[in-house]
Amino acid sequence: MSSNKKLDAVNPDHVIGAKAIEHHEKVKAKHFFSFKRKYMAIPYALFLLLFVIIPIFIILVYAFTETTDDGNLIFSWSALVSFFTSTDKINVLVVSLFIGVLNTIICLLIGYPVAYLLANKKYNTNTVLVMLFVMPMWINFVLRTGATRDVLSWLGINGGNYPYLATMIGLVYNYLPFTILPLYTTMLKLDRSQLEAAADLGANPFHVFIDSVLPQSVPGIVSAAEMVFMPTMSTYVISDTLSEGKITLFGNIIYLNFSQSQWNEGSFMALIMLILVGISMFLTRNIDKDETRQGGALW
Amino acid sequence: MVSEDNVITSTVVPTAEADEKLKHFHKHEKAKNVLEKTFAQCFIWIILIVMYIPIMVLIAYSFSSTTNIGTDYGDFTFALYRDLFQNKEIMTALGNTIIIALVSSVISLILGTAGAIGTYYSKRRVREVIENVTQIPVVNAEIVIAMSLTVLFVFVGNYIFAGNSIFSFWTLLIGHVILSLPFVYLSVKPKLQQMDPALYEAALDLGCTQRQALVKAVLPEIMPGIASGFLLSITLSLDDFIVTAFTRGAGLLSGDKTIETLSTLVQAKIKKGPVPPEMRALTTLIFLLVLAIVIGMTIYQNVKAKQKKVRKGRSSEDK
Repeated sequence: MSSNKKLDAVNPDHVIGAKAIEHHEKVKAKHFFSFKRKYMAIPYALFLLLFVIIPIFIILVYAFTETTDDGNLIFSWSALVSFFTSTDKINVLVVSLFIGVLNTIICLLIGYPVAYLLANKKYNTNTVLVMLFVMPMWINFVLRTGATRDVLSWLGINGGNYPYLATMIGLVYNYLPFTILPLYTTMLKLDRSQLEAAADLGANPFHVFIDSVLPQSVPGIVSAAEMVFMPTMSTYVISDTLSEGKITLFGNIIYLNFSQSQWNEGSFMALIMLILVGISMFLTRNIDKDETRQGGALW
Repeated sequence: MVSEDNVITSTVVPTAEADEKLKHFHKHEKAKNVLEKTFAQCFIWIILIVMYIPIMVLIAYSFSSTTNIGTDYGDFTFALYRDLFQNKEIMTALGNTIIIALVSSVISLILGTAGAIGTYYSKRRVREVIENVTQIPVVNAEIVIAMSLTVLFVFVGNYIFAGNSIFSFWTLLIGHVILSLPFVYLSVKPKLQQMDPALYEAALDLGCTQRQALVKAVLPEIMPGIASGFLLSITLSLDDFIVTAFTRGAGLLSGDKTIETLSTLVQAKIKKGPVPPEMRALTTLIFLLVLAIVIGMTIYQNVKAKQKKVRKGRSSEDK
């Protein structure tokens, strides 16, 4: 005992060393169980897995199966066959694609110059004006659609007589703010000195636009197109209301099939939309659109 | 001498001429700029006015006693505003819409912010997977999101809850969270990338626990991203129709009846006839509220920008 005490007294380093080791062990244990920053992603990842991945997987299953009389699911091409042999459904797809593309083009043709002028300090310094353009986004879109229809039929353009015209007007009205916002965000970031340099080096305004403004604003254009094209095909309320049920878009027949509990057909058509989404993602994968999409310029 | 004079005059005269020309050119340029600006402003305002016609017509007719717009205006009256607040159906739908928007946005905010922070510090491969999955609901058609969720809920109801329908406020809430969650993530991510990575380490070195470092060092840096994500969530939730129509069930303020939000209620009404008169009053109120928020925010930003300028000016004076 006494020798031990003596030892401790003589060699304090020893004690400190032991304590240090003990402390180190504790820290190690704590680290082993303790929270790491990356664990914070777990709930998020789980949520995405449960409500994004698994539902899409179920859609895939339903698209290539059929329910037998005893209630079992068996592999089947019937949904695929029923889609590709139905001229009605193919027609709806073609019409939806056409209306989607047309709406995207019209929105870009109107929205692009507006965004360009709004973002250019030479023409506009008023930020309230920009907000006015995106403000309709905060008024319920179904309400706006109803209002558009009422006003159009007041002007004589009712869905009964001009279903396509009325629908196109309604679609452009609804998606214009969504086009202007990403375009405006991109235009704010245009490299002004490059434009000036181009002009100083003798490019006429047309060439400045084609060779400098347009290439720089591609991310905004792509972002805007993505915000318009798919929703146009999918949001059936607008076409339903404005054409008084005369125009059926792709979202509409998915909904109809689904509500008549023809899940397999409905799932197959949802799969077609997913493929379209995949194609558009693939085509635009190299363009960084994240920033333009969040509407960062607004808040 | 003569030749010298000649030289002088010959050099002076052209400069004066050039000066004149330059002045003229500037004048011309200025006039051109003014013309261009007027033209641009005209274009902007024409598009804006055309865009607002339907909303303005609704607002104009919100003070009228007539049931259909476009017909005789009738008397100027505030009766529709009184009717609006006495209409139980609309008030319930409005309440539902606001509650769902707030609750789903708060959930998205917490999950999305935590997700963005966690993913940012994860391994590259994990990060890439999560980021790609995040893109899916952003680019996906709303009808596919709605339908796939509904199929999932029916599936779960059939196999886990013994054939009972699980459609309720909760399924609706999940639908709205899925709609807005990726946008919170995408708003927070760039702020994390812009942040000084040494900040967190410095906080730890100065004696913060990990939680304190996150709350006191990281969170303030990414706050603007969180705020814009939250506002975006609310916008998306307020405006949603398809996901709501698919995933809703009974409950909330609607009691035993199916939940109605503003979107679904208006859709049901305009399917049968014109926009209900009380809705015109509601549109006016929403419009005024949004306008007030927009103007308030712009003023706030201007004031902040000015303060920054003043501060900058002072600090440069100090130097």
